[in-house]
Amino acid sequence: MTMARPLFYAALLIFIVVAPFIFPDFRTQLATLWLMIIVALTWDMTGGQMGYNSLGNIFFYGTGMYVCAVVGIGIAHPVAEYTNASGGGIYKFTNTQYFLGAFLGILAAGIFCALCALIIGYFTFSLRGPYFAIGTLGVAIAAGELVSNWDFVGGGQGIALPVYPNDLDQGKLFFYFLFAITGVVLFVFLNWMYKTRFGAAINAIRDDEEKAEAMGIHTLRYKLTTWAISAFFVGVVGGISAYQLIHFEPLETAYQTINLGIFMVVCVLLGGKGTLWGPVIGAIMFHVFKEVTWNYFLGWQWVALGALIVVTVVYFQDGLMGWLKHTKPEWFGIRVESTSDEGAK
Amino acid sequence: MDTIIEVTDVSKSYGGVIANKDISMQVKKGSITGLIGPNGSGKTTMFNSIVGYHPINSGSIKFEGKEISKLQVPQIARLGLLRTFQQTRIYGDMNGVENMLVSQPHRKMSLRDAFTKNKNEDYERADHLLEFVGLYEKRFLQSGSLSFGQQKLLEFAMALMNEPTCLLLDEPTAGINPTLINGLIDRLQRANSEFGITLFIIEHNMRVIMNMADHIYCLAHGEMLAEGNPSDIQNDQRVVDAYLGAH
Ligand SMILES: Nc1ncnc2c1ncn2[C@@H]1O[C@H](COP(=O)(O)OP(=O)(O)OP(=O)(O)O)[C@@H](O)[C@H]1O
Ligand SMILES: [Mg+2]
Repeated sequence: MTMARPLFYAALLIFIVVAPFIFPDFRTQLATLWLMIIVALTWDMTGGQMGYNSLGNIFFYGTGMYVCAVVGIGIAHPVAEYTNASGGGIYKFTNTQYFLGAFLGILAAGIFCALCALIIGYFTFSLRGPYFAIGTLGVAIAAGELVSNWDFVGGGQGIALPVYPNDLDQGKLFFYFLFAITGVVLFVFLNWMYKTRFGAAINAIRDDEEKAEAMGIHTLRYKLTTWAISAFFVGVVGGISAYQLIHFEPLETAYQTINLGIFMVVCVLLGGKGTLWGPVIGAIMFHVFKEVTWNYFLGWQWVALGALIVVTVVYFQDGLMGWLKHTKPEWFGIRVESTSDEGAK
Repeated sequence: MDTIIEVTDVSKSYGGVIANKDISMQVKKGSITGLIGPNGSGKTTMFNSIVGYHPINSGSIKFEGKEISKLQVPQIARLGLLRTFQQTRIYGDMNGVENMLVSQPHRKMSLRDAFTKNKNEDYERADHLLEFVGLYEKRFLQSGSLSFGQQKLLEFAMALMNEPTCLLLDEPTAGINPTLINGLIDRLQRANSEFGITLFIIEHNMRVIMNMADHIYCLAHGEMLAEGNPSDIQNDQRVVDAYLGAH
């Protein structure tokens, strides 16, 4: 029994590594699945664990794309001239410039987005409930509009990044593993963080923020820290996406409030808010559903997706994990009845 | 004895309602001080002013000699001045032990300390205090499923876990089974004598407060009506009239 967990994780890790080799045709799909898992897990950090439902996390995704692109191009060429000439083809990147640019760009994207979260959070964390959701959504929409009018980063045309320098299939593997490593690091980090005092404190903020304040918890500091960590990872995957997609536009791709911006929330709701595995399972469920409808119900895919959202929100609010918690509380160590009390901490 | 809380000429109004008018009071360090008065006389408002829950209109509030009337709720709590709520507040989804652990003092907790797991001694202290209030058997139950009285006891234990210097209790015996009240009085007194926590207690149960308090303040219609030791208060005609007149 005690060996079950490490074995499970080891098997999972092996599967993650071999999956793109077993399913070579699905490398891009699997990479996108990781993207969904990561944005769902990060959304749940504030939405599920801390009780702050952000609709603006897509801001970090878009901003991460742009920061990464500007840095990645900037280390080799003048950015304004590059975007003015619509990028790709004319300007050449050596292998070193490509990989160094991608690495620094992705890192810069994460750091920049974390700083943005601190600043935006400082102003928006005084808002509660729907006001916070709408406030953060407003930030993402405004940012999309601003960026699409900013010629330095290519305006409404967006930016074209250099193409992966070697074999294209290898490129798909490269991006799969960039996403997978980010996802595994995030998962391991959250698995640990939710067990620390910090994790308990953000749960306290969710359960009763006034009580948490009255007990002296540094509520604002903890909220900012949580969102900054979340934004770091979203910025990082934004940066990876930028290189993976090669060309991206401000409104359709980067600040895609109605697509990815909403999908991440749906993933979490499907899987179950405020649990470690919920967002992961939800992202898988959602991704499969989406791919199936996109492939087999073309023309009706948005209707099917809309129906899924409505059904989730109306009938299945607590998601799969929430439903399990409710029906099998003992699996989660939750006790309500006052019968036995064996077992230590 | 030193003064630990010093309230001077504090007024607070909600729109047109004057809930506190020029109130002055002192709580002595190490004492048990009572605050009584009919429903709506402004007791909870006074507590809220002290802990920074809302801005006051005028006056000064000092804790250990330091002006705190402009500080925020968590800052005041971290100074060691803590309150419990009249409408008991605990984290309902957590069990008793989790509620206790998250209530550890944040005075000295840096962000880096927060990113560590609880230590064995933290669990031991939590268990010890749960035992102290008589909830040890129920410590793994989801606390939202506890009875109101048990939640009240848990909230008290959580406050003790926070190691306050001074604790403001808003009606600690309300909703507690009468047969358990004596036990609660005993625990409050031990919190005061053994842990050295100054207690400032709002209480409607006269037997309880007369038994425990060293000094009592009585509010009526937002104003200070009387103060003195329990026997003075008990024999004060104005206090008797205020209570009778209020019903
Ligand atoms: N948030 C508020 N907004 C408006 N008026 C309020 C508010 N809180 C309290 N009051 C008013 O202020 C007055 C004092 O209320 P307070 O809660 O301080 O009384 P109390 O002495 O604690 O009463 P009780 O014994 O019933 O708890 C009452 O008239 C009440 O209606
Ligand atoms: Mg009251």
